Amino acid sequence: MRYIPHTDDEITRMLEAVNASSLSELFRTVPEKLQLGRPLDLPVAASEQLVLAELSGLAELNAHATNHDWFLGAGTYAHFSPSSVDAMASRAEFFTAYTPYQPEISQGTLQAIFEWQTMTTGLTGMDVSNASMYDGASATAEAALMALRLTRRNKVVVAGGLHPHYRDVLGTYLGGLGSEIVDGGRAQDGRSQLPSAIDDATACVVLQQPAFLGTLEDVAGFAEAAHAVGALLVVSVTEALSLALLRAPGDQGADIVCGEAQSFGLPMGFGGPHLGFLAARQKHVRQMPGRLAGQTVDVEGRRGFVLTLSTREQHIRRERATSNICTNQGLCLLMATVYLALHGRRGLRRLAEINLAKAEYVKARVRETPGLALPLSAPTFNEFVVSVPDSAEAALERARRARIVAGLDLRPYAEDLGPAVLVCATERASREAIDRLVAALAGGAS
Amino acid sequence: MSDVETLGHATRGLAWEEPLIFERSRPGRTGVGFDPLDVPEADAVALLGEDAVRDDLPLLPEVSEVDVVRHFTRISTWNYAVDLGLYPLGSCTMKYNPRINERVARLAGFAETHPMQPDSLSQGLLRLMHALGEQLAEISGMDRVSLQPAAGAQGELAGIMMIRAYHERRGERRSKLLIPDSAHGTNPASAALNDFECIAVPSGPDGVLHPEAVAERMSADVAGLMLTNPNTLGLFEEHVARICEIVHEQGGLVYGDGANLNALLGVARPGDMGIDVMHFNLHKTFSTPHGGGGPGAGPVGVKNILAPYLPVPAVRKRGDTYSLDYEFPHSIGRLHGNHGNVGMLVRAFAYIRALGPDGLKRCAEMAVLNANYLLARLRETWDVPYDRPVMHECVLSDARLEGSGVTTLDVAKRLIDYGYHPPTIYFPLVVHGALMIEPTESESLESLDRFVDALTAIEREARENPDLLRTAPHRTPRSRLDETRAARRPILRWQPEGDDA
Repeated sequence: MRYIPHTDDEITRMLEAVNASSLSELFRTVPEKLQLGRPLDLPVAASEQLVLAELSGLAELNAHATNHDWFLGAGTYAHFSPSSVDAMASRAEFFTAYTPYQPEISQGTLQAIFEWQTMTTGLTGMDVSNASMYDGASATAEAALMALRLTRRNKVVVAGGLHPHYRDVLGTYLGGLGSEIVDGGRAQDGRSQLPSAIDDATACVVLQQPAFLGTLEDVAGFAEAAHAVGALLVVSVTEALSLALLRAPGDQGADIVCGEAQSFGLPMGFGGPHLGFLAARQKHVRQMPGRLAGQTVDVEGRRGFVLTLSTREQHIRRERATSNICTNQGLCLLMATVYLALHGRRGLRRLAEINLAKAEYVKARVRETPGLALPLSAPTFNEFVVSVPDSAEAALERARRARIVAGLDLRPYAEDLGPAVLVCATERASREAIDRLVAALAGGAS
Repeated sequence: MSDVETLGHATRGLAWEEPLIFERSRPGRTGVGFDPLDVPEADAVALLGEDAVRDDLPLLPEVSEVDVVRHFTRISTWNYAVDLGLYPLGSCTMKYNPRINERVARLAGFAETHPMQPDSLSQGLLRLMHALGEQLAEISGMDRVSLQPAAGAQGELAGIMMIRAYHERRGERRSKLLIPDSAHGTNPASAALNDFECIAVPSGPDGVLHPEAVAERMSADVAGLMLTNPNTLGLFEEHVARICEIVHEQGGLVYGDGANLNALLGVARPGDMGIDVMHFNLHKTFSTPHGGGGPGAGPVGVKNILAPYLPVPAVRKRGDTYSLDYEFPHSIGRLHGNHGNVGMLVRAFAYIRALGPDGLKRCAEMAVLNANYLLARLRETWDVPYDRPVMHECVLSDARLEGSGVTTLDVAKRLIDYGYHPPTIYFPLVVHGALMIEPTESESLESLDRFVDALTAIEREARENPDLLRTAPHRTPRSRLDETRAARRPILRWQPEGDDA
C-alpha cells in the first residue's frame, strides 16, 4: 500500500514489542460480537493511474465554466483566478498544516490570517474580522446568533432580498433556540421593502447587498430603521467583489457585515469549499464567533501572531461558547488573501468596474432586443433579472444548445416576475459570448 | 553535542524574516493585468449614484506578482506540516494527504462547476456524491448519509438537531443530553445551540464509560448520549453496546462522534454497536488536507429512524439518473449554502477508491499498531495514566515531571526543537497535564523510534536542565509568544503608521 510504509518484517517486530501475536489481537478490546468479521463491501483498491482515469470520466459528465460560457451566479461566481493563487495554496506548508495551535511553528498561517482580517475590515468598513467561517450562509446565521446574544432579544427580521438558501440555513440554525424569524417583501423596483415588523423586540435586521436578484439595497435606510428601535443591522454579501465598488456597509451603519468571499479567487467547485467571513465593531469583539488571530511579541520582543480571545471558544468554554465552530476555512482564506494582495487597491477596483461594464452591456443589449426586458428598475452591480419571451426553461435550454449556461430559472424563487432568468456577467464574459447569450434567450422573438 | 543536535532532525537552515504584505506595498505596483475592455466603459457614479460608490479601498496593498509569491512562499516556511514530518496531534489524525486527491479535485469538471446548475448538467458529480454516501454508510454501518455539513462540528450540530426533531415529532420535549467528561468541547457547544442542558458522565477508573454511570443519569427527560468511540484516551468503549441499550430503553438516541473512526476502519462499525447518528471527519479519517485549519468536511450518517430528518437536499438515484431531492417534509432543513465542501468529497472519494476495503482496514491496523508501539516504548520513561491496550492514540500525563518545575507546555515547546509538531496537550481534561499522541498509519518504524528517542531525551533534560525546556523553543523564527498580552489588548489588524483609528 503506497500510503503506508510498514514492511512485513517491521510489523512482526512491532507486534513483538507490544506483546501481540497478530494484528487482530490489537483489537482485543473490541468485543467480538461488535467486530465486522468480513471485508467491507467496497470496490477493490485502484492504482493512481486508474483513480485518475475514473475520476476524469466522472468530471467529464459535468458542464463547467471552461467548456461553457457562464452567466449563472446567484451566490457563486465565475471569476478568473490568477495562477499564483492556486500555486500558493498548493504549498504543502499551508495545505498539510493544521490549526495554528502552536504559534512558534505556525507563523505562516497566523500571519496570513492577520492579513486577511486586515483586508476584510478595509473592504467592509468594520473594525474587526474573524479568521473566516464555513460559508456565507452559516456566517449569516452566526451573525444573527451574535445579534441575539448582544441584544438579548429574540426576533430576527429578514429583508426580502436575502438569498433563499441563506434564509433556509438561518432557519435551521435558529430553529433550536425558539427564536422568531419574520420575512420582509420586495418592492416593485426589486429592492427590499422596509419591513414593518422591525420593532423593539427585534435583535437584528438581515439585509443582503446586492440583493439575491442583483438589486442594490438602501443600506443606510435599513440601518436607520434598525437603530431607531435598538436593533442591529446585519449586512450579508454574497458577491464580495461588489465591496470594491460599493460604499462599504460599515460606512452606512451596518453593525455586522458577513457573507461569502468565494469571488476572491476560489473555484466555484459545485458550491464548496467556499469562504464565509464575518466582521464587526470593536465593542462587540468578545461576542464574535470563530477564530481570531492577534498580534503580540515573543520573549525577545519580536512581532508575532497567535490565536487570541479563545475564551469565547468551545474548547475552553464548552456549552457557553459563542459558537460550536472549531475550525475556519484556513486554506480558502489563504487563497482569498493572495488574490486580494495580487489585485491590490487599484486592481480590485478596476475588476469591479469591468464587471459593472459587462453587466451594463448585457442590460443594454437586453433593452434593445424584442422579447427580452429588465423587469426591475433598481440599479445593479453584475447580476440582474431578464424577462424572457416564453419560459425560462425553454430560454435556458436554447442557450445550453449554444454551450451557454445562461443563468438561474427564477420560477421557484420569484414566480411573480413571470418567465425570468437571473443573469450574472463577470470579467470572463466576452462581448461575443454576451451577444450570443442575448440571441439565445430571445430565441425566435428577436 | 547535546541531544537535540544528535537526535533532532531540525537544523538551522535558511531562516527568513518577512514583513506584513502591507509593509511591502509601493504605490503604483500591481499583481494583475486586464485586457482592453471589449464593451463600453460604465460610469459607476452615474449609474448607481454618488452615495452608493466608495472612494477608495483602504488596507489593500500595492504589490507585484513577484512580491506576492515571495511573500507567501517565505511565510509558508514558518509552518510545520505533515509533509515535513510526524504531526502527532491526538484526535486530529494528521495522516499523509495523497497528491492524486489534489489533482483530481482540480479537474475543471469538478472545480469549475456551479452548485445551482441543472441536475442534468451535473451527473458526474451527483453520481460521485451518491456513491460516496453509500460507501460511508457501508464503512460505518449506518443506513443513510448526508454529505452537506462543512466540518465535524457542523455534522455534530446536524446530528443533535435530528435528535431534537425526532423527539419533537413524537410529541416529546426532552431537555438534557448526556456527555462524557472526556468529550471534545464541540459536543457541549453543539448541544447548547439546540438549547439542551448538558449532563456530564464521568468515565470509570479504567478510562471507559460504564453502563451504571449512564443508567444513573438516564431518564425520560434525556434526549440522548453523545459518545466518542474510541474515546479521547484512545480506548475502545467496550461497554458501548450495553450503554446504547440503556439509552434506547428510555427512548433516547445515541450520537457517535466520528473523530476517531480511523481506528475502526474495516474492523468494526458504529452502526453495529447501537449508534443512531454520527458524523465523519473526512479531513481526519479520509485524508483530505487540514489546510491550516480547514476546510474540512463532516458528513452525517443515520439509522433509518432518523432518515426523515436529514438535511436537504439529498442526492437521489432513479435508474441511471441522479437528482437533488428536496422532498423531505420533516428535514431539519439546510445547513450549508450549497451542497457542502464538495471539493473535499471528491478527495475523500479518490482516497477510498485508492485504498479499497483491504487498504482501509490496513490503515486502522497500522494506526493502532503505531500507537501501541509508541505506548510500549514511552511507558519506560513517561507516566501512562490508563495503561491498557489502546487504539489509534495514547495519552501520557505529567506525573513524572513533578518537582522539576517543568510543565507539559514546556515539553511540547521543547519537542519543536527536536523537529516535531507537539502532540495535543492538556486534553482530555480527565488527565493531568495530558500529552495526547496520535501517530497515524503514515509513520514508519524509524520515524516512531526517532520520536520516542526525542521524548526520552526531553524527559532527561527536564530533570537535568529544566531551563532548557522552560525557554524552548530555541530554533524557531519566533521564541515563545506572549498570549496574555495578545488577549489583554487585542490587535486584530494592521494599521498604517500614525493611524490610530
